[in-house]
Amino acid sequence: MALLSVREETMRFGGLFANQSISFDVEEGELLAVIGPNGAGKTTLFNVISGFFPPTSGSIQFDGKDITGAPSHQVASAGLVRTYQLVQLFKHLTVAENVEIGSHRVTRGGVFSALFRPEWMRKQEKNVCEGARELLRFVGLEHQADLQADKLPYGRQRLLEVARALAAKPRLLLLDEPAAGLNTQETEALADVITRIQRGGTTVILIEHDMSLVMKIAQRIVVLDFGKKIAEGTPDEIKAHPDVIAAYLGGTETVDA
Amino acid sequence: MTSHATISIEPAGIRWQAMLPVVAVVVVAGFGLLSSDYVVTVLGFAFIYTIFCTGLNFFMGYTGQASFGQSAFAAIGGYGSAILCADYGWEPLLALFATMALSGVAAVIVGFPTLRLRGHYLAMATFALGLIVYEVTIEWTGLTQGYMGYSGIPPLGIAGYELVTVKQQLVALVVLALFGVAVAARLRQSRFGRALASIAGSESAALALGVDIARYKLVAFVIAALYASAAGSLFAHFIGFISPEVFGVTMVVQSFAMLYLGGIGTMWGPTIGAIIVSVLPEALRGLKEMQDIGYTAILIFILIFAPRGLAGLSALFGRVRGRVKEAA
Repeated sequence: MALLSVREETMRFGGLFANQSISFDVEEGELLAVIGPNGAGKTTLFNVISGFFPPTSGSIQFDGKDITGAPSHQVASAGLVRTYQLVQLFKHLTVAENVEIGSHRVTRGGVFSALFRPEWMRKQEKNVCEGARELLRFVGLEHQADLQADKLPYGRQRLLEVARALAAKPRLLLLDEPAAGLNTQETEALADVITRIQRGGTTVILIEHDMSLVMKIAQRIVVLDFGKKIAEGTPDEIKAHPDVIAAYLGGTETVDA
Repeated sequence: MTSHATISIEPAGIRWQAMLPVVAVVVVAGFGLLSSDYVVTVLGFAFIYTIFCTGLNFFMGYTGQASFGQSAFAAIGGYGSAILCADYGWEPLLALFATMALSGVAAVIVGFPTLRLRGHYLAMATFALGLIVYEVTIEWTGLTQGYMGYSGIPPLGIAGYELVTVKQQLVALVVLALFGVAVAARLRQSRFGRALASIAGSESAALALGVDIARYKLVAFVIAALYASAAGSLFAHFIGFISPEVFGVTMVVQSFAMLYLGGIGTMWGPTIGAIIVSVLPEALRGLKEMQDIGYTAILIFILIFAPRGLAGLSALFGRVRGRVKEAA
């Protein structure tokens, strides 16, 4: 059974259909890319899936459970973790602390355990700290661990955001344009990290504009245009798809047909 | 080879640095104990405000929210303790805990609807809370004796043993303030504290990591209220008299000055700020009519050269030291 299934998802803002009857499945362990021209509705799709707003109609199933309209922190708790198009770091904290916060979902304890520090809590703190270091090594930020997060160069802030999301041990990771604003080298480093995440068994959905990145790492691609799904398939199928070519090179009449 | 040396030195350095503020507080208090009762009273205020600001720091510093109404909870603590001890003969400590519980419940009731607001709107709503409680303390004369104020409040004590001199009370206040700071530090360095910090950093990122921000904001608000309530009770016992002005807008303005001067969001910032803002005007008394000008000039000077508060300076020194060490 699919890890995520989006069924007839429609999101309307007033008279504008940002998403219109979108359906697709994501299998466990897969790396799926969602592409489309600006304004095609990709980020809206992510916002609906991750619970930032409920869809106008349709349903979202995650891991066999209906999460349509569930608040975003609950969706995240269920193991569906996202990143943002604009970097949303905890700027005033260190790089390591950013990642430590990421482990919120997979740890426990509140005010009382913080005050009385039982054995399990001390052990957990140690694991959180070590886990964060390990993830920083995974994305290549181990030498910046104690730096304040906003002192990192932009490309590394992106990597930090990915490391922080990984600390939540997501079952499904949604990456919203992680390569936006990165140079070629940084994009390559990111592509390598994403590939390794997927090989490690985490399912990934990626929104991306950088076609070479998408074609290189995605196993399957969903194409949106004007809020509708116009194509779905492997990178090779998508490259040859007439509607996709039309959407990217102009000639919207084929889409409406 | 330098990196190895740095690593071996660092832990001892951190421990030494962590203890430094405690030593400083004890020295300040010790200085007070050797001085007149007047100095002791000023320092007593400073440590009561330390408790108030340490609580406020949870909500405004760690969680990054605005509250202009914490004085309301100090009023609940102060009047609650005054009434329970003076009229009903309660144990001061028991009254302190009872009013803290009451403030906590009040914070939940008030916080639940208002914490949906953000930024300026939250500031306005909490400011209204402070004003409402202020009005109540003036108008409900049957309970609070209005402008007359409430007198005859016994000093702090436990099991019939009263701290009769102000110096004994100062010692108790220092212990309680340090305890308050220690509790805050413990809470900050945990999953709970990190969740609060995530809300201050970016609410949308916190949500995406599964942090229930509404719940954590409420808990931070309640903790701030508990500290404020305790500070209000301690004030009542320390001075033996309270009136509505004590818990008015001045209290809010004072506590903000303390937080920003000391360093909002830091462990020792509230303490540093509370001591400086309480002591400085008194230390400048010799300037006579220039006192207020001197005081504000120093505040502005500090905020220009230490915009993140005085506690932020220690990090700066730490960095300079680190650089020196690397160079060596």
